[in-house]
Amino acid sequence: MTDPLSPLDRPNSYIGRTVPRPNLERLVEGRGTYVSDMTLPRMGHVVFVRSPYAHARILEIDTSVAKQAAGVIAVVTGAELVEQCSPWVGVLSHLKGLKSAPQHAMAVDRVCWQGEAVCAVVANSRAQAEDAAEQVQVRYEELEPVTDMRTALEPHIPVIHPELGDNLAFERSLDAGEVDKAFAEADAVAEAEFVFGRHTGVTLEARAVLADWNPGERRLTVYQGTQAPHMMQNIFAKHLALEEAQVRVVCKDVGGSFGIKVHVYADEMATAALSKRLKRPVKFVADRIESFVTDIHARDHVCKGRIAVKQDGTITAFAIDDLTGIGPYSMYPRTSAIEANQVVNLVGGPYQARNYRARARVVFQNKNVMCQYRAVGHPIACSVTEGLVDLAARAIGMDPLVIRSKNLIRDDAYPTDSPSGLKFEALSHHASLAKLKQMMDYDGLRAEQKRLRQQGIYRGIGIASFIEVTNPSAAFYGVGGARISSQDGVSVRMDATGAIIVQTSLTEQGQGSEALTAQVVASALGVALEKVRVILGDTDNTPYGGGTWASRGAGIGGEAAWQAGKALRMNILKVAGTILQTVPELLDIDQGVVVDKATGRERIGLDEVARITYFRPDTLPADFQAELLATRHYVPRQYPFAFTNGIQASWLEVDTETGFVTLLNHWCVEDCGTIINPQLVDEQIRGGVVQGLGAALFEHCRYDERGQLTNGTMADYLVPMASEMPDIEVGHVVSPTLESELGAKGAGEAGTAGAAAAVANAVNDALDPFDVTITEIPLTPSVILKALGQRSG
Amino acid sequence: MDKKVITLTVNGESHRLEVEARTHLADVLRDELALTGTHIGCEHGVCGACTIRVDGAITRACLLLAVQAEGAMIETIEGLSETGEIRDLQDAFRNRNALQCGYCTPAMLITAQDLLLHNPTPDRATIRDHISGNYCRCTGYQAIVDAVDTVAKARQAAGERP
Ligand code: FES
Ligand code: FES
Repeated sequence: MTDPLSPLDRPNSYIGRTVPRPNLERLVEGRGTYVSDMTLPRMGHVVFVRSPYAHARILEIDTSVAKQAAGVIAVVTGAELVEQCSPWVGVLSHLKGLKSAPQHAMAVDRVCWQGEAVCAVVANSRAQAEDAAEQVQVRYEELEPVTDMRTALEPHIPVIHPELGDNLAFERSLDAGEVDKAFAEADAVAEAEFVFGRHTGVTLEARAVLADWNPGERRLTVYQGTQAPHMMQNIFAKHLALEEAQVRVVCKDVGGSFGIKVHVYADEMATAALSKRLKRPVKFVADRIESFVTDIHARDHVCKGRIAVKQDGTITAFAIDDLTGIGPYSMYPRTSAIEANQVVNLVGGPYQARNYRARARVVFQNKNVMCQYRAVGHPIACSVTEGLVDLAARAIGMDPLVIRSKNLIRDDAYPTDSPSGLKFEALSHHASLAKLKQMMDYDGLRAEQKRLRQQGIYRGIGIASFIEVTNPSAAFYGVGGARISSQDGVSVRMDATGAIIVQTSLTEQGQGSEALTAQVVASALGVALEKVRVILGDTDNTPYGGGTWASRGAGIGGEAAWQAGKALRMNILKVAGTILQTVPELLDIDQGVVVDKATGRERIGLDEVARITYFRPDTLPADFQAELLATRHYVPRQYPFAFTNGIQASWLEVDTETGFVTLLNHWCVEDCGTIINPQLVDEQIRGGVVQGLGAALFEHCRYDERGQLTNGTMADYLVPMASEMPDIEVGHVVSPTLESELGAKGAGEAGTAGAAAAVANAVNDALDPFDVTITEIPLTPSVILKALGQRSG
Repeated sequence: MDKKVITLTVNGESHRLEVEARTHLADVLRDELALTGTHIGCEHGVCGACTIRVDGAITRACLLLAVQAEGAMIETIEGLSETGEIRDLQDAFRNRNALQCGYCTPAMLITAQDLLLHNPTPDRATIRDHISGNYCRCTGYQAIVDAVDTVAKARQAAGERP
């Protein structure tokens, strides 16, 4: 049936309305159920003995004393656990040439980073397990660690996995247009080396998993804070030698994820394997130091960039050479090459220039594993691109906003593509820029900046345009052979009282998946939001689907919810039509009541339709079967990704005496298509921006040359706190994707994509009178003072 | 490990507990009393997720050994929800979406209430300062500041004592 009413025009539509999330009450009362809160009968607690070395051979593990300690259930070494859990290799076939070595749940004969688990102690309490873990004696022979990614490929540096031949995990090159010619004919060429520190997710609830192998049922139930339960179901089955049908993954409340909790962690696999081995529930909750040394790290890039520009402001070429260090293994199953691949895809993405050359190299090192964290690759690509655009503007003496408006892809140029082959359906760079300029009062701030400089106060404005990958199709992982679903499914049913129950394959870690699903279904059906209950995060009780990652919830799971809601509405109207002896096409549902479509006259309540369907089917015609359940799935097919776009600006002050940066204001205008819940979108943007600001100014996993993490506490690893953060103004331009009826694209990563670039550009703008350019983050006081000192010295 | 017997009043209920001397109060609340609304984020006193009230003062439960709390009057998010003392803050957090994953939220609410009890008319900078010992990875803080600000103004307008 074609529906003449768009999602926004449905009677009493919740699309585009700010309503509170239905699941918040239990969380504000402290009645959530996070994995770390859970206990099961006979549950053991596992604590891991972890390597103190970045690279070492394991000579001997003596567990005899530990096994005798009070409360100990079992002590299991990595070599012993191989029986229960097979190793994995984090590669995907569409990332040509990507290689990695087999990784085990715990190290078997060699450790490759500080923090890798070598032995597990399971005891009746966590304290007992920790006590006994101290009694495990491990003898190591330390090996030379490879820590500096810049030298990792040099011939005198040891190869971490000799069977791979070298320390190069992946390399990709791209050459589009006439790059050499563009640089030769440029009026100015600017270049810089951009340095991005390693940082990490620091979810407030650390990773946690509770695995329960029940030999009686021959089923494994895993309670896990994961973003992708169906992916994990497949992985547990595959490596623990089970059928997928024997594994159930349940995902209750999750204390933050941001991409940290979408990967396969060795210690979590070990926990499940231990449960199978010991035939009882086993729980693992990382403590904070374990989080710092084992949660995936992110970024860690050195990227050389060049830009060619004409005197009239036309940018003619970009060229980059990116190097990133990913630790000793490519993560499984999403791999650690996606970020570098994204950098190659995205640099120059907002701009018209057609000449682009890129190389990215991904190298192994003896540091913690590195993988996809919120905005994967975008902050790197955006900082490099926007840093280069500012350098080009400076080289030809042009205002940063003016050079952008000269070069951003025109709003009427769509559909179009990028030199790296990205397809853009509809973006709004110029409308976004115009909106940003007005929101921030650009001209007023420039005047204020000039006035304050005369008083020795150095303030800067930084601008960053960006594009963002959202709504990923199978092009992201599926085509590379990973069993990671890019489609989502939603089932909607009406119960015997007329209430609505929705099961979705999306997951919730606070973004609002539950809320957006309820809003979409309530709108599609025509019922009050309070009538809709959403069930998610359970492989036994939801349709099969991808879960929550890569900004896909609203765009993919939301559309599936819309389609399922529509289908159920039609099913309900068929029943109502039969009862009322009319055709369903003449009816609609509004606020839980079947009405005449033309007049809105109330005909029959949904509770009555349900009552007749379930209890008096004898009153319906013999050849009519009511179906008050509908399931629909959705995946984008036309575009591999729905690109969104946006632009951010930072206004800040640099204290040139101390090197401290004070953030004064931050703006973000973005275009995520149809907005389902404005408040949730804005808060996703703000949260994302602040994660980007943390990366820009504070966050850094600092390793010494032996591969030791030197700041593994929250006192030493700085995260953004309330008093350091500015208020963030968010604006929107709306260009819906026409691929779906809802038209929603993703918004979860836009904030993180551009925030650091805006800050770095603002710092350089503030320091313009000193003629320094800093292209390194985090922009700590010492980095800034060093740059200022070098200039004067 | 030697255990000690302590007496605590938690959310108005008296408890006699046997605890090891090394066990911090957050673990006792969560593991012994199943009051899992008190969260643990770092166990070294930085993140603020374990904030509770001990004899009326906000305290990091991971920094206090249970034995040090002998005889104390302890209030957790469960108790403050039950009494209704922070109902308006809870409503404001929900309406303003001042929580995403909710893991920081119980402690954030208790910290916000502490501010409003001591300073009924805080400006935004004061609110930001007061919650600066409570880490939130999800929200970026602005929605939390807005929610607290709204409640401060509403309490003022209602002319209540805070
Ligand atoms: S858990 Fe107590 S301050 Fe972090
Ligand atoms: S809401 Fe997730 S840490 Fe604050």
